Amino acid sequence: MSLLKKLRDRLAKSGEYPARASDSASGKGLLLFEHTSDVIRAENCLKKAGLDVKVKGPPPEIRTGCDLAIEFPIILQMRVVEVLGEQDIVPLKVVSLKDVLIEPVSLYHVKDFGEYVMVRAANMKITLRKADRIIVNISGGGCPDVPYLAEQLVGKSLEEAPAPRTIGQTLCGYALQLAYEELLRICPGR
Amino acid sequence: MPWTIVGTVPREDFPLVDGLCRFDGDTLCVENQRVRVRRGTPALLAAACISAESLGIGLPRAILVGDIGTGEGSKRLYQYLVDSMAFQKDHLVVFHYLQPDVDWHNRVLISIEDQRNRPLLIADAGYMYVAKMSGFAASYDLFTPDIGEMAFLADESAPHPFYTRGFLLHNEHEVPRLIARAYRSHNAATYLLVKGQCDYVASSEGVMATICEPSTPHMEPIGGTGDTLTGIVAALIEAGNDVGTAAQDGAKTNRLMGAIYQPSPASSVAELLSALPQALKAIGALKKNDNVKHPELPSASL
Repeated sequence: MSLLKKLRDRLAKSGEYPARASDSASGKGLLLFEHTSDVIRAENCLKKAGLDVKVKGPPPEIRTGCDLAIEFPIILQMRVVEVLGEQDIVPLKVVSLKDVLIEPVSLYHVKDFGEYVMVRAANMKITLRKADRIIVNISGGGCPDVPYLAEQLVGKSLEEAPAPRTIGQTLCGYALQLAYEELLRICPGR
Repeated sequence: MPWTIVGTVPREDFPLVDGLCRFDGDTLCVENQRVRVRRGTPALLAAACISAESLGIGLPRAILVGDIGTGEGSKRLYQYLVDSMAFQKDHLVVFHYLQPDVDWHNRVLISIEDQRNRPLLIADAGYMYVAKMSGFAASYDLFTPDIGEMAFLADESAPHPFYTRGFLLHNEHEVPRLIARAYRSHNAATYLLVKGQCDYVASSEGVMATICEPSTPHMEPIGGTGDTLTGIVAALIEAGNDVGTAAQDGAKTNRLMGAIYQPSPASSVAELLSALPQALKAIGALKKNDNVKHPELPSASL
């Protein structure tokens, strides 16, 4: 099959998100949103409400691009939707899933440069000057919020800088948040 | 021959621009818009402009839009690329920081494949992610991943580096294995330039070159050093080198730029770029001497 034909066939199918058969026995539900920024807001408010939620990668058949989704206990669906509704956050779709979710990275790499320390999570790196806790560099990543996040964080102390999750929009922004949290953990303020 | 670099600027108010790009040592100018060089696509463009001047080739054309991560700017840019059939005259196109969107990626690729003369295609950053996600990685001539992104390319089920599975370790000594795995699952471009402690240039035949010198560990934390490498390689291709040779010489040049400047982890890529003309000159001189296998630091007078 020629490349063009394959491409066109694939485009013809775009927009179809085949519904996965519901499986209430899995015990897990998945909240899908239009924008990654909605996922980040939703995760914040569900965690504040004490709900056990996790950010995951949606399975391929419902993936649209650079997606995030929220896994939650399916039995709490009503409560989850209510909490989101109070904050005017409306998921695109709520589905029940078996074990098809993809785990985000959980390993951090820490490199000590003497006066500086760098933390990497997935494809994102953040570097801190130890003496004054100033963020001196952010590197890695490929989504367009990375240069924006770098401009907002670099040159500020860990205390002054906005948490990446408050201004980030994408998976790269989310990875930077994890690296930032690890930096806070290994370099606690006085 | 025209060559084009496509990407984003981290400003919401930056309009879509399409024109020749100039660099005045501090700021890029495209149409009537000016952009400070800090990292990202502006850093790639600055390196491309400096290299073009040193190599005596024409300046690159830039197609840019403002996007701070919402994807709104990227969508307008994708639409523009398809509607205007933007690459009809290009010999080389570099795609960089764009919001990954598989459908739009495929539309752009169709418009390019429909052209009579298909340009060489380089994908880096977000566009490399979406090229892999689309299943059409092999349609590209060069990807320039770092080690975390290389693990992502090697993981056939990962939709983003954030989801790379843990057994694909992000260790330097794993790079050849990751490269082989990415080619086996057709998730690699014709050539790969893997950026890291050592740089690897590879094809489906295996690793063609490993470049480890000069080594400047403080370059790793500096945002934009991968972007400058892609800009340098693009200029070397535009100057007439084949992709594999340009990748090797680009890696050496970027390393030499760091070795000349001697940055700290707090340095900016804009500072590093001041050493790029010297690095290009030194590489050019070394290339004329077949006995020199690796570039060495230029003399103190350089």
